[in-house]
Amino acid sequence: MLIYKATELVNFAQGDLLMLGAFVAYMAVVWWGLDYWISFLIAALAVGAFGALLDMTVLRRVIGQPQFAVVMLTLGLGAVFRTFASVTWGSEIYTLPTPFSGVTQIAGVTLSHQYLSIIIATLILCAILYVFFGYTRVGVAMQATSQNQLAAYCMGIPVKMIFSLVWAISAALATAAGVLLAPVTLIDINMGLAVALKAFAAAVVGGFGSIPGALVGGITIGLIELYAGATLPEGIKNTAPYIVLLIMLAVRPQGLFGTPGRKRV
Amino acid sequence: MRFPFKTTYEQDIRLFRDRTTAVWYGVLVGVVLALPVLLSRYYIGEITWVFIYGICGLSLMVLVGYTGLVSLGHAAFLGIGAYAHAYFLQLGVPWVASVAIAVVITTACGIVVGLPALRMTGIYLAIATLAFAVIIQEVFTRWEAVTGGFSGMAVDKPVIFGVRLADEASFYYLCAAVLAVTLLLTRNLLRSSTGRAWVAIRDSEIAAQSMGVQLPLYKSFAFGYSAALMGLAGALFAHKIAYLAPDIFSILFSIQLLLLVIVGGLGSLHGVVFGAIFVALLPPIIAILRDSIPATMASVASATGVGVIGTIGRGIGGFLKMPGVEAGIFGLILVLVILVEPAGMYGRWVKIRLFFSTFPMYKRDSFKRQKSYMRSERLR
Repeated sequence: MLIYKATELVNFAQGDLLMLGAFVAYMAVVWWGLDYWISFLIAALAVGAFGALLDMTVLRRVIGQPQFAVVMLTLGLGAVFRTFASVTWGSEIYTLPTPFSGVTQIAGVTLSHQYLSIIIATLILCAILYVFFGYTRVGVAMQATSQNQLAAYCMGIPVKMIFSLVWAISAALATAAGVLLAPVTLIDINMGLAVALKAFAAAVVGGFGSIPGALVGGITIGLIELYAGATLPEGIKNTAPYIVLLIMLAVRPQGLFGTPGRKRV
Repeated sequence: MRFPFKTTYEQDIRLFRDRTTAVWYGVLVGVVLALPVLLSRYYIGEITWVFIYGICGLSLMVLVGYTGLVSLGHAAFLGIGAYAHAYFLQLGVPWVASVAIAVVITTACGIVVGLPALRMTGIYLAIATLAFAVIIQEVFTRWEAVTGGFSGMAVDKPVIFGVRLADEASFYYLCAAVLAVTLLLTRNLLRSSTGRAWVAIRDSEIAAQSMGVQLPLYKSFAFGYSAALMGLAGALFAHKIAYLAPDIFSILFSIQLLLLVIVGGLGSLHGVVFGAIFVALLPPIIAILRDSIPATMASVASATGVGVIGTIGRGIGGFLKMPGVEAGIFGLILVLVILVEPAGMYGRWVKIRLFFSTFPMYKRDSFKRQKSYMRSERLR
């Protein structure tokens, strides 16, 4: 459930990519009878390639236009994806079988293996991303690109390729999230929208552009939602994350881990 | 091509550029007044939608197109206006007073939502308004005493000063009048110092601030005015749709409104009207195509003897009948407009007009835009 902002681009189609990824994995597991892990890999690769393709064909053209154009573009793309999914797979709800079953007792808390798998995978992915952006050449190049495109060009960074790569990685990550979530939320064409909205809440609370921040934000939002559901009247549960989001934006717009900044002229 | 030579400030800000333009607008008003006499009831109803969408678009255009604040939650304001109006009508409040109360309530909501907007820009604002819209939609569902929850709320035809506007034509005139008044009002605001302050904020906040534009004041005003227009549109919307349910005012509707503004052309009042025509008339056009494409292609197939054409026609018809296809078509058009013509339909119209008025001398580069490379706003 990570949306990060390596390119200063905000992707409103992320949730729909997540949905596509979950559907591809479902097809691989159930229709073609492949192993869970192989399907996971196939889905991540396929959607990742699709993300790169999307960047090359569509998104590259809006470089140099206001950020607003990108927002609208991804919103439009999201709508197209949803229609595509509803035409291809129909509006039924699917369940994805997983190899994780059974429960484990950890310090007196009973955890089902499904949830455990989500937690572990999220931690692993975060660690990989953190190392990738902080310590590899490509990761640093991505950060440079996000900070100043023109300067990155001048330093010999292949900015276009970096962009495609960023999109591929972000699409593949969305797929991973989708596949992990599939057993919990079930697969249908609208699964992406709800998740994406909450992921935005998480990203904002944690601070855009900060990977540990996204993790903390996600946990915060999840906990708030749980406690609001348990303690407050019915109906608050669904809106609690957004109320927190609004308060957060009003009080500390840069998020918990973000750095404040003032727009330059 | 004619260049108006402006010598005074009054000439620069006047309502119509010259007498010819004024005459053309007069003709337009005449056509709008004459349409209900000429067309059947179905078409009048659809054109009424154009007017209502026009008011919505105007509201969003002030905010997005002129002040540069992106809102992804405008359907919430529409909903607040619609529900407030319907609720006060039920209590027996007269129509005009009820609309006024609805507008005041939405304006208040708009200013409250606008308050956090004073501190954030761009994408954060979009997300904040999105969150607001989600919360409001939940409120519509849960606050059953006022909104009727999922079971919905029926709205009767409007009764103004004892006159019941029962037929389509009179409601058509009502909506047309409201749109005309709001257009004029907005145009007047835009050619005054307020409008120039808004445009300055859109183009560069820091520059505007250094020129003495009070950012909090003008941003709040833009939000309040935009919400007020949306509340007004909501009141008419409630009558038009006749039955309110919470799921009408979803995020998808907000996106549709943004689509209107973008397809029409950001930063122009003509764009509002173009966009409203487009958004309001696309669904009926899709509905007509859905039935006519298979029929015509089948007749072509039987005439030429090529069976494949008929099959393709049936395929297209079946595809258009599927649920959710309309949203996809809207999305596709949005993507294409942003890629091909970011200035929208009005921008295209300006280009076509210039092409003909400068006929052999037209240069493509007249409209070339400078690309700006993104730089992070995060780091100091």
